[in-house]
Amino acid sequence: MAKIKGAVTVNKERCKGCNLCVVACPTDTLSLQPLEVNDRGYHFAYMSNPDACIGCCSCALVCPDACIEVYRVKLD
Amino acid sequence: MELQDIIRPENKVYAAPELLDQVHMHYCPGCSHGVIHKLVAEVIAELGITERAVGVSPVGCAVFAYNYIDCDWIEAAHGRAPAVATAASRLWPENVVFTYQGDGDMSAIGTAETIHAANRGENIVMIFVNNAIYGMTGGQMAPTTLLGQKTATSPYGRRVDLNGYPLEITNLLKELDGTCYVTRQSVHTPANVRKTKAALKKAFQNAMEKKGTSVVEVVSTCNSGWKMSPEKANEWMAQHMFEKYPLGDLKLS
Ligand SMILES: Cc1ncc(C[n+]2csc(CCOP(=O)(O)OP(=O)(O)O)c2C)c(N)n1
Ligand code: SF4
Ligand code: SF4
Ligand code: SF4
Ligand SMILES: [Mg+2]
Repeated sequence: MAKIKGAVTVNKERCKGCNLCVVACPTDTLSLQPLEVNDRGYHFAYMSNPDACIGCCSCALVCPDACIEVYRVKLD
Repeated sequence: MELQDIIRPENKVYAAPELLDQVHMHYCPGCSHGVIHKLVAEVIAELGITERAVGVSPVGCAVFAYNYIDCDWIEAAHGRAPAVATAASRLWPENVVFTYQGDGDMSAIGTAETIHAANRGENIVMIFVNNAIYGMTGGQMAPTTLLGQKTATSPYGRRVDLNGYPLEITNLLKELDGTCYVTRQSVHTPANVRKTKAALKKAFQNAMEKKGTSVVEVVSTCNSGWKMSPEKANEWMAQHMFEKYPLGDLKLS
């Protein structure tokens, strides 16, 4: 069976650290940066567990600031 | 497989909508308005009506919607968006006209414009962002505020003897002969975001086909006004708002 592997990018300057993508992700791929902040002072989201991502787009769909791009590949 | 092998243009399955300007949006972190903006931008582009779409933005937090979605816009006085949309749609019928309004705008100061535009069956889309509060002005009670809900002007909770009942304006609009499609959606989960997008698409198609007025209510959060985290606000909405404002289609014709 083909396996799906995903990855996301977060536009870190656009991110407001609302945490909604973290909550929506079914695989616990995402977290907010615990210490680092962007230019506006927000703890932006990032892939803390990139191996888990399945490219389902849940995070991107709920992001109010359109920060997230999603990539997906099928592995044979 | 390395990340750089996955993050390649040919593997991209989701990107920010092209019609959404890459400027910073002024909304509070986690505000539903941002999600709804994305969907409006996607639907306009997918229907190929970028050059014909005219939005009418409200007074409320979404007043600057014209800075974020790259189509034509008119900014209306508070509550008057349906009247302005009537003109934009009648005077140039090629236009696909939509209003984008909050609950204060649409169901308080603009109640008359809302009801009469829908009753005339104007060929417009009315996008109704119901967050049960006046977000922009600091969280005052709106007609849609739930009984018991605490706001700046109902600090001990809304009381029926003092403030009356929450107004389900969408249910009123459903009864009018001028409306062809009335639906209530939300954007708090990925599945609901997808449903809201489909509802918006249907509504814009109705306007293109001159079928009458379509109303898409999006039950929303105002986490700042509600004084909750975005995550808690979504939970509170699902627990309390959906009981009074149940999701689903109210009218399909
Ligand atoms: C004629 C007039 N009356 C009152 C106001 C003050 N005012 C600005 S926004 C607003 C209500 C906004 O609430 P809503 O429409 O629910 O939008 P939200 O900010 O919650 O998205 C009010 C009463 C105004 N700007 N103009
Ligand atoms: S695409 Fe899906 S699995 Fe990957 S981070 Fe987003 S929500 Fe999580
Ligand atoms: S949902 Fe968007 S704005 Fe919110 S934390 Fe995630 S990437 Fe940032
Ligand atoms: S005040 Fe409420 S409605 Fe306005 S931007 Fe903030 S969260 Fe959104
Ligand atoms: Mg409101």
